[in-house]
Amino acid sequence: MRRQLPILVVFISGIFMAIQYFVPSEPAEFVQEYAMDWVIVIGVFAMGLGLWSLTKVNWIKVQRQTPGWGYNLVTILGMVFMLVVGLIWDPGLGFFPGEKSQVSGTWFMNFFWYIYLPIQTVMFSLLAFYIASAAYRAFRARTILASILLVTAIVIMLRLIPLGAVSGINQWLANWILIVPNMAAKRAIWMGVGLGMVAMALKIVLGIERSYMGRD
Amino acid sequence: MKKRRSYPLILFLLLGFLLIWVIAFAQEESPLPPSQVKVKDTPNDNGHSLTITWKSSPDSAKILGYEILRSDSPDGEFKVVGQALATDTLYKDKGDKEKESPNYFPSHKNFYYKVRAKTDGLSSESEISLPAYAFQQWYHAGKTPVLVAVLIFSTLTLIFISKAKKGKELYVRPLAGIGAVDEAIGRATEMGRPILFILGLGTAADIATIAGFTILSRVAKRTAEYKTRIIVPCNDPIVMAVAQETVKAAYMDAGRPEAYEEKNIFFLTSMQFAYVAGVNGIMLRERTATNFYMGLFYAESLILAETGSIAGSIQISGTDQMSQLPFFVAATDYTLIGEELYAASAYLGREPLLLGALKAQDWAKGILLICLILGTIFTSLHLDFFANLFKFSLE
Repeated sequence: MRRQLPILVVFISGIFMAIQYFVPSEPAEFVQEYAMDWVIVIGVFAMGLGLWSLTKVNWIKVQRQTPGWGYNLVTILGMVFMLVVGLIWDPGLGFFPGEKSQVSGTWFMNFFWYIYLPIQTVMFSLLAFYIASAAYRAFRARTILASILLVTAIVIMLRLIPLGAVSGINQWLANWILIVPNMAAKRAIWMGVGLGMVAMALKIVLGIERSYMGRD
Repeated sequence: MKKRRSYPLILFLLLGFLLIWVIAFAQEESPLPPSQVKVKDTPNDNGHSLTITWKSSPDSAKILGYEILRSDSPDGEFKVVGQALATDTLYKDKGDKEKESPNYFPSHKNFYYKVRAKTDGLSSESEISLPAYAFQQWYHAGKTPVLVAVLIFSTLTLIFISKAKKGKELYVRPLAGIGAVDEAIGRATEMGRPILFILGLGTAADIATIAGFTILSRVAKRTAEYKTRIIVPCNDPIVMAVAQETVKAAYMDAGRPEAYEEKNIFFLTSMQFAYVAGVNGIMLRERTATNFYMGLFYAESLILAETGSIAGSIQISGTDQMSQLPFFVAATDYTLIGEELYAASAYLGREPLLLGALKAQDWAKGILLICLILGTIFTSLHLDFFANLFKFSLE
């Protein structure tokens, strides 16, 4: 029964949402919006679950003093600090600042802008170096296919650079590669993805695929 | 003598002013109004919109645009409800369904419309339209081709599932990435190192993440059998909860519930690059032997995959995000491209019912291919009827 009931709920919800897609009327819209509100409510409760998991995993490592436990401690302290200045007490705004803590100049926003964001930007900027290293590996002309990939990449990259007399030909060739073979491959993948999505949805709604559901 | 000479000059100036005045007067003449204003209910909607069409003003070259005016009575006050370009001949007067909204548009109430052509400072109004009211529809006719396609595909799936149930052997082509899963888990076992499974940045409502769960289930079952640790850092608390249940069920299926450790499936952070930093740290500290990336990925895909490559892990990726596929192909050992991500669970499980759905997918692709070839031939021959069969509207 513990297994049948969730499958029944998934089946009814899935069938209803599929029908709702083809019904533009107000009652169908209402139920869809109502379901979306439920998703938001569940998301808010799940945030508490996430906080609990984060605290538990890091606290165990701090307690056992596993290698690198200092980082776990910093994570917990950072989380508690942001929760306090965002929800409970901001030195400039006093107790329970509420939405005011999200205005620029508050402790919460200063920590976000001047500590969190620069760190995030550093992580993102790593992408530039990783693109170079991945491209180096991908474009090594070891096989015929890899060589074709290399030549294609050169043509595409050079399309943005003035090359004098050959610029026009290169431009034409690059555009042709992008519009014809590249677009054809992309569309084939999109069609496959579309079918795959419908098949997966169908398997879940019909209860054929249950592995995500846990056990009795 | 001097007086006589000035008369022609004065006369010339007067004529000049007269000419300028005539030209200016002619330019300030009101434009001719638009005609044949018709109003009808907007099709395929929730009943809070009317569609107004008109025939352009004969002076369309000099008008700046149109204003749409509405009233609930032909003798009442007409208020401007919208603007349209000089080239437009259609306007959708759409409002909110909430009665409290200032933009509320009631259903089943007659409205009259006028269209005003505007030039710089002058305007002219059309005749008042016949009344029309908005009403809701119970079927979106524009989505009929989608409905037909879904019905055909669902029927195919049910047929093949029924065949599979009867025990018919179904052949599905092998996928390199799937074949490598066992090898990758075996390698981790031999090396005594853990396996890392990343479900991406999607939520539990994303179908790619759900596909990730199904693959996680199969992989976790193997890791339970091989007694290898699996680590699943999550980006979303709901994803974490589902992943915990999935892994727990897989361990129970493998007959090793005692080996399941909840602390290995945990919430890291919901911020994109903070998550990347956390996962990269795990890869380098734990020296994971195998990394799986299955689900929705964005800009973090390459940073994750390159770090895994530097750490010397075997990597298997799968996503339906077109923009991230090249990164995964370049940086990981095996990639499940698009639909292969959705098919992976069936391949790993080898359950007849799942393989039946997979077979239906292949048949649907075959039908699509035939339709594409026929569409190309008919359209090349200027026979548009075939392409028109597939036209749909999502509005």
